[in-house]
Amino acid sequence: MIAEAGHYALVLALALALIQSFVPVIGARLRDPALMNVARSTALAQLLFVGASFIALVTLHVNSDFSVANVYENSHSMKPLIYKITGVWGNHEGSMLLWVSILALFGGLVAAFGNNLPLSLRAHVLAVQAWIASAFYLFILITSNPFLRIANPPIEGRDLNPVLQDIGLAVHPPMLYLGYVGFSISFSFAIAALLEGRIDAAWARWVRPWTLMAWIFLTLGIAMGSYWAYYELGWGGWWFWDPVENASLMPWLAGTALLHSALVMEKRNALKVWTILLSILTFSLSLLGTFLVRSGVITSVHAFANDPTRGVFILLILCLFIGGSLSLFAGRATSLKQGGLFAPISREGALVLNNLLLTVACAVVLFGTLYPLAMEVLADFKMSVGAPFYNLTFVPLFTLLLLAVPFGPMLAWKRGDLLGVTQRLLAAGVAGLVVIAIVWGWTRGGSALAPLAIGLGVFVIAGAVTDMAERTGLFRLPLATTLHRARGLPRSAWGTAFAHAGLGVALIGIVCETTWNSEYIATMKPNDVAQVAGYDLKLDGLLERQGPNYREMVAQFNVSRDGDALSVMTPSKRSFTTRGSSTTEAALLTRGASQLYISLGDVTADGAIAVRIYHKPFVLMIWWGPVLMAFGGMLSLSDRRLRVGAPKPARAKQRLQPAE
Amino acid sequence: MRRMMSAIVALMLLALPAAHAVQPDEIMSDPVKEARARDLSRELRCMVCQNQSIDDSDAPLARDLRLLVRERIAAGDSNSQVLDFLVARYGEFVLLKPRFERQTMLLWLLAPLLLAGGGFALWRQNRRRAQEGADVPTPPLTPDEQARLAALMSEDAKSS
Repeated sequence: MIAEAGHYALVLALALALIQSFVPVIGARLRDPALMNVARSTALAQLLFVGASFIALVTLHVNSDFSVANVYENSHSMKPLIYKITGVWGNHEGSMLLWVSILALFGGLVAAFGNNLPLSLRAHVLAVQAWIASAFYLFILITSNPFLRIANPPIEGRDLNPVLQDIGLAVHPPMLYLGYVGFSISFSFAIAALLEGRIDAAWARWVRPWTLMAWIFLTLGIAMGSYWAYYELGWGGWWFWDPVENASLMPWLAGTALLHSALVMEKRNALKVWTILLSILTFSLSLLGTFLVRSGVITSVHAFANDPTRGVFILLILCLFIGGSLSLFAGRATSLKQGGLFAPISREGALVLNNLLLTVACAVVLFGTLYPLAMEVLADFKMSVGAPFYNLTFVPLFTLLLLAVPFGPMLAWKRGDLLGVTQRLLAAGVAGLVVIAIVWGWTRGGSALAPLAIGLGVFVIAGAVTDMAERTGLFRLPLATTLHRARGLPRSAWGTAFAHAGLGVALIGIVCETTWNSEYIATMKPNDVAQVAGYDLKLDGLLERQGPNYREMVAQFNVSRDGDALSVMTPSKRSFTTRGSSTTEAALLTRGASQLYISLGDVTADGAIAVRIYHKPFVLMIWWGPVLMAFGGMLSLSDRRLRVGAPKPARAKQRLQPAE
Repeated sequence: MRRMMSAIVALMLLALPAAHAVQPDEIMSDPVKEARARDLSRELRCMVCQNQSIDDSDAPLARDLRLLVRERIAAGDSNSQVLDFLVARYGEFVLLKPRFERQTMLLWLLAPLLLAGGGFALWRQNRRRAQEGADVPTPPLTPDEQARLAALMSEDAKSS
């Protein structure tokens, strides 16, 4: 009954989306406010029905209703409640339902908070949202219905893949989807602007908060996924340049570029055409990511060819939206007039450079991901593109970008003074050089480039600090004035500083981890001691434990340094009976920003166990960086100027009075 | 099962099987040679895995390849000889860093070409606009916008 209700709610949502696809557009043509306002009601009603459908699926999973195929294939009655819920999006059908739910959520938000938008723009935006929604509802209903029943319900489910039974799964996919799907809003705004044939600085002001919100979620989602892989997969890697990761990195790069170009458009009414194009590209890359992961084309071209229904359907959606939007762009873009002249050396110029580098980096990732597929299909040439390729191509681009980052916010609009900014950044540059010298002198081994890269990270952080110090008059003015100024600065200025500093923090973490990470691989017996990076790890013993739906073998390590006992670490290996598979649960010990990391291998015949122990210096900075970036984004989002549907307290009442 | 697999891979951006890679019994006694073996392993693909290097993978094939790499190093091969040996055996597919040749030229040259192309386009646009001169005039307001502006202005007048 619940399954049927969920299914039906989804069908109703499709019907509403179809109405929302056409009626508001007709309304905009006829300049009929009533018809245009239909979009608002249908968007909210859609959210209601998709929400109901999603809750229905969650309920089915929580109740372990194994008469539903999706629950049977991905759940188990003994699974802890939290994983019963997160298991809803731990599979294809459920995750697509989450995708459309989030799409409906964003549509609903625009409908609810978009009161300050011109009526026809809102109608067009919501109509474009409905086009996307209709396509994906059809996709779910035709190829991936999560509510299908099984004729003879089995008594027990097949359980969720154990690797996915982790708190990381609870957070990572929804975050990522909020990011992916959030970019649909800027896409819809872009298409609406093209349909209306006009676009101005106000447009950029409306789009920026939505883009920023999506970007924050995507940033956190990617960082979350990276940390999850780090502790769950058991060999301490945190980024693999896997096509599936690239699928999330590409929209992030394009989205970051979009944030910056929309800024130019809002402030200076320039880069309009480019901003529109980026909005289209960013969401197209989100769709491409969905296609790449959903169709199985990444695993192998042949897997795709053998079971093509879903892949072909998404490919059609992809072609329709990307092709359609780009043709519309090609047809209409020339009619959008450029404004706002600027000299090459200026804030605008810096942001253009940012866009150029980010777009090229994005293109490199795109090519790296698709090139092997294309070569296999077109030239019958099998090749691989992996981490070493990206290290050689992506890293130089980002180095250039990071060198330029501190200059950007300090250059004036329209015409900047590069020499002046260089002088003002002198202290930051010196800080970077000093750090390079210190790191060079103190460390042994590793690449000669590592100290330089750390110096670059310090320069980026110091640059952000310099910018804030100058704006607040730190050390020049009395402290009270500085504090007053700091409070008075727009939050978006603080946001920029935090986000840019986050880049530097992440860079330092990445360089330290990859250069000075130490590793100990051996078989150990109880009472053996391993020495890693100055720590002594003594294996006390092994014991067996029973978990709710698994058995685990736990190794207990006593960690000490210079004779002082620090902590006990308990890495384990879990075997899940239902699927007959196992996971390694690494043990982590955090010391400042560094971590000790132990993961277990197999037990040998003589009772010894294979262990891998890592010391990862400053590894946590890799994720603190993105968290700082996201925090900067949130500060910026809370800026009054950008707040979604910012209230206008003093004027709210007067608005109702007739104009004189 | 494949559907399940693709779903997992799909959803979890990083769903690679839990791996243990280099086993204690594989490690070479000479630390310099071992370090070379590790560096090479990172550039070689485990052909039955999804985009994993043999250094990261615990598939039996990856182990065989790791042992083979160490065998070649022990036999006195240079790094490039080891790579040549593996390419001759398994094809270019085994290299995670494709070689620069006819088929991969576009891939390697993409970034410099795009940077140069983008830079050139920007330079040309900048020059053209400098010649054209002043800002393009903004289009006049539509009657709707005129009304909206009037409403906003009167609000401002009242609240101040």
